[in-house]
This record gives sequence, structure tokens and C-alpha cells, in this order.
Amino acid sequence: MHADSSLIELANGLKNRTFSSLELTNAYLSAIDESQDELNAFITVTADIARAQAKAADERLAAGDAPALCGVPLAYKDIFCTEGVATTCGSRMLENFIAPYTATAIARLNDAGAVMLGKTNLDEFAMGSSNENSYFGSVANPWDPSRVPGGSSGGSACAVAAGLAPAALGTDTGGSIRQPAAFCGVSGLKPTYGRVSRYGMVAFASSLDQGGVFARGAADIAMVLGHMAGFDPRDSTSADQTDDWLTACRSQPPSAASQGRIGIPKQYFVDLGVTDASMQNACRTLEAAGFTLVDVSVPHVDAAIACYYIIAGAEASTNLSRYDGVRFGHRCEDPQSLDDLYRRSRSEGFGAEVKRRILTGTYALSVGYYDAYYLKAQKIRRLIQQDFLDAFADVDLIIAPTTPDVAFKRGDLVDDPVAMYQQDIYTIPASLAGLPAMSIPCGQHQGLPLGMQLIGPHFAERTLLETAAAFQQLTDFHQLRPEPTA
Amino acid sequence: MADIDIQHLANLSQLDLKSAEIAMVRQDLDRIIAMVDQMQAVDTENVKPLAHPLDARQRLRQDEVTEEVDRDLYQRGAPATEDGLYLVPRVVE
Repeated sequence: MHADSSLIELANGLKNRTFSSLELTNAYLSAIDESQDELNAFITVTADIARAQAKAADERLAAGDAPALCGVPLAYKDIFCTEGVATTCGSRMLENFIAPYTATAIARLNDAGAVMLGKTNLDEFAMGSSNENSYFGSVANPWDPSRVPGGSSGGSACAVAAGLAPAALGTDTGGSIRQPAAFCGVSGLKPTYGRVSRYGMVAFASSLDQGGVFARGAADIAMVLGHMAGFDPRDSTSADQTDDWLTACRSQPPSAASQGRIGIPKQYFVDLGVTDASMQNACRTLEAAGFTLVDVSVPHVDAAIACYYIIAGAEASTNLSRYDGVRFGHRCEDPQSLDDLYRRSRSEGFGAEVKRRILTGTYALSVGYYDAYYLKAQKIRRLIQQDFLDAFADVDLIIAPTTPDVAFKRGDLVDDPVAMYQQDIYTIPASLAGLPAMSIPCGQHQGLPLGMQLIGPHFAERTLLETAAAFQQLTDFHQLRPEPTA
Repeated sequence: MADIDIQHLANLSQLDLKSAEIAMVRQDLDRIIAMVDQMQAVDTENVKPLAHPLDARQRLRQDEVTEEVDRDLYQRGAPATEDGLYLVPRVVE
């Protein structure tokens, strides 16, 4: 019933009563159950809640006038708080944390009648590019279980690719939606900073964190985004931005664009390696469809990784100071003093990568280094943003690869943090600039998916979705599925 | 690059590092700091730091009570409480 259908096809099936939400939900729950041993995409499966929500959705659907998303099962990255349900953020620190409230993004999807299948696996506190930093075990790539699914939202990307959910929520701080989307052969959108409320999203780097969506195609993403985006007074950095086109996406897929100016940034198109053929193909496809390709330059992106790991580390070291073993989260056994309580609780609760980021951030913020690192990084951040704003004076969007290569083997990069950080080379600049960016499948190399990135001006998600929709009318890379495992 | 005082950073971060960990952390941080030092080559003269990607200002709201504090609910996840208070080891003898 479900494995080969898009979210929109499923929503139509529910609306037409071809099948019930409970039938659909049970089918997904079975698929998740069968996959867990091999893929480990979920940390918590919320079967009872899912069935109760599905029954309620079926009643709403029977009564008519239900939102288009009513009864559609979704998976949520385990970084979004869900009232009464474990919200672990992939960390021992929050292993026993039951969220006392629900994140705004999910509350809005609940209101629309969406069904929560469960909470997906992630790198601890969303810090990682391979999902190997999860306290609950790493996730396999469904295209080749010996490879990583990407990170940090690897569980969500894996779930959509393996047919365990038609769409899933993720968060993206430096590429954590786009990179796993590329590695798993699905579409993923990181909206403009501030578009989706951060209320109830466990904080990693607050000036970069942004919630977004994974699905097969642009139309599916648009429907979910339409329901969850929008101003939230509970998030102090929520953008007060209302767009009629986005509200319309709740029930109407975006149309496919037939023209536009697409910038090719020369700094991204150097030594493309295995992505070269698919990127050239994608450019030719878009050109043939009526788009105009224009060379642009974003000269400061070479410094983006360095800039990002200072800013994200500094913000993480500050945000994660709240985990003190006092009010919630892990507490060590038999603390001898308050300092002992803090230090052992944190040392036991955090994994190696989280500690590395806290220490890096603390270094960047410490006396004598602040100007050389944190302030310097903030200045470079403005130069990078200005590069993009200058480019967008001439073009509607920018195209780039999402990743330097196909998904790498599990274990290959775990001992080399700097090599791991280099994986984010193409995704970080848009994060620093706060721009919307999406990754869509654009080809394969040796049977493994590759993604291309579309980056737009602030709040230009419509341009991205309509261009992606055009590309996905002309290509079927987003329809390719891995062979079912086991 | 200055020799990084790992123990000092661990103290500031309230983390205990075992001696085997310190060597590993030193190696990792040396590599990370060498990588981020690429920033020093960028000319940032007269560039204003960017703290918020949309250069937004802090939004103010009406001074009205909008949230009910449910202490019992929030303390349900606390490691140790008594009479609505969080328990920690004795600080003052």
C-alpha cells in the first residue's frame, strides 16, 4: 500500500478513503519493526500514540473537511520535544528525559492530524555527519548498510529512503538535513533561518539551527512545510513572515518553474570528482528546461568550515552548559560536592564529539582568544553572507553539489574529526548566511545516490521548491529506491 | 599556535578528562585549531561582525503573563527533588 507512494498520493488515498489512516499507520509500523535490527533508524517507536492519532484522524476524515495532511504518518528527529515521550537527542545525557511539552513545529502537525510513528536516530545533540555519534547506536544507509546515512538527521533520511515514513522532520545546523538527504537519495529542505520555530527543538547552535523536512520530492516537502512553518511568539528568533503561497502548499503542490536564472558558483565547481557527471547533467537538464545558467562568485566560502566550527562550537559550549545534573538529564552516582556533581554528570552524559565541540567552543570564547577566533568568525560570516547577497542581485538561485562524494563507509572517518568536518564543505556556507537550501537527488555513482543543492535568497523557498519540482518532472532520480533489505 | 591548556579548558567546561583522554583531546584540538586558523588569512578590516543571520533585533512583547508554571510537571524529570526543591550536595557547611 505505502512503500512506493509519495506523501501526496497517500494523502489523496486517505482523503478518498481508499485506505484508512490506521491501515496505513500499521503498515508503516510493521515496516519499521522489520527494519530496526539492520537500519536502526528509530530511537523510539510510538506505536500506541500512532494508532490513537490514526483513529482520531480517521474520524476527522470521515467527517470531511480535514486538512490535507490528516492521517499521514510522519517520523520526527529525536531532537524535537514531544510531550510524554522520550526525547533523547541521541545522548546518554537525555536517555531518561520525557519532554514535558511539545515543539511548536510538531504541535502544528498534530493539529493538522498528522500521525507520529516515532522519534528518529541522530548524532548526539545533532553534532556529526555520519550518525556514528549516537548513544543509541549508528544508523545504516539503506542503499548499502556498510555505509553511513549521513548526519546528523541520518535516522530521518534513512526512514524516508527505506519506506519507513513518507516524510520526516530533521534539523540542519551546518548541513544536517541536506547531507543525509544526498547520501540516502531523498529530498531535504533546510528553510530560511527563522522560518520554522525552534521552540521545543533541543538547542545546538542557536544562530544556525533550523528545522526542516525530508520526503521523496519537492511537492511532499511543500505540504509538510506549509503546515509547520510560520511565526511563533515562543521563539525569540522566529521570523514574522507570512506567505500566501506557503499557506496554499498545505493543500496544493507548488507549480513547476519554467524559467529562472541559476548561478553556478565557481568556488563550488572545482574538482567535483565523482559528482562531476551528475552535476553537469543536472545543469544541462535545467538549461534545456528553460533556465539560464550564469557564472557567479562567492569568494569567501573557502573559510566557511573554519568559521562554522568556531561559531557552532561557541554556541554549543554555551547552550550545553544547561546540562548540570540538577534539574533534568543524567546525574552521576553519589556526588561528593556540587562541582563533582556537575563534572561527573557531564563527563558521563556527553560523548566524545560533544566534548570536543564544547572544548573547541570554550577555547574560542576564552580570555585572550575571543577576538582572534569568535569575533573573527563572526566577521567572516558577514563576508560569506554578503557574497551570496551580491550573487543574488543577478540570479534567482544558486546550484551546487551537496556532498563531495557518495556516502562513506561506517568507521572510515571516526578517528579524524577534521576529515569528518570537511564533509560539510558545500552545505555550511548557506547555513552561515541563514539561507534556504535544499538537496534533491540528481544521479548515482556506483549504485549510490548523489544530491545537488539549490540555495536561494532569504525566504525564497518557493523558488527552490518550484525549481526542484521542475527538475523532478524531468528526472526520476527521486523515485529510485534501494533494494529492500533482508 | 599557542600550546593549548587542555586542563584549563576542561575546568571551564566542567568536564573531567582522564589522562588517556587528555592526550587524545590535545591531538584533536591541535588539528581543529590548525584548521580554523585558516580564518586568519581572511582580511576582515572594517567588517561588522554578524551575530544573527537576518540582523534581527530582540523582539519585545507585552508585559503580560502568558505561561503557567507547572512545577510538579517540570520536576518529574529531575534526578532528585524534595518539597518542590532540587536537591544537590551540601554547598555550605
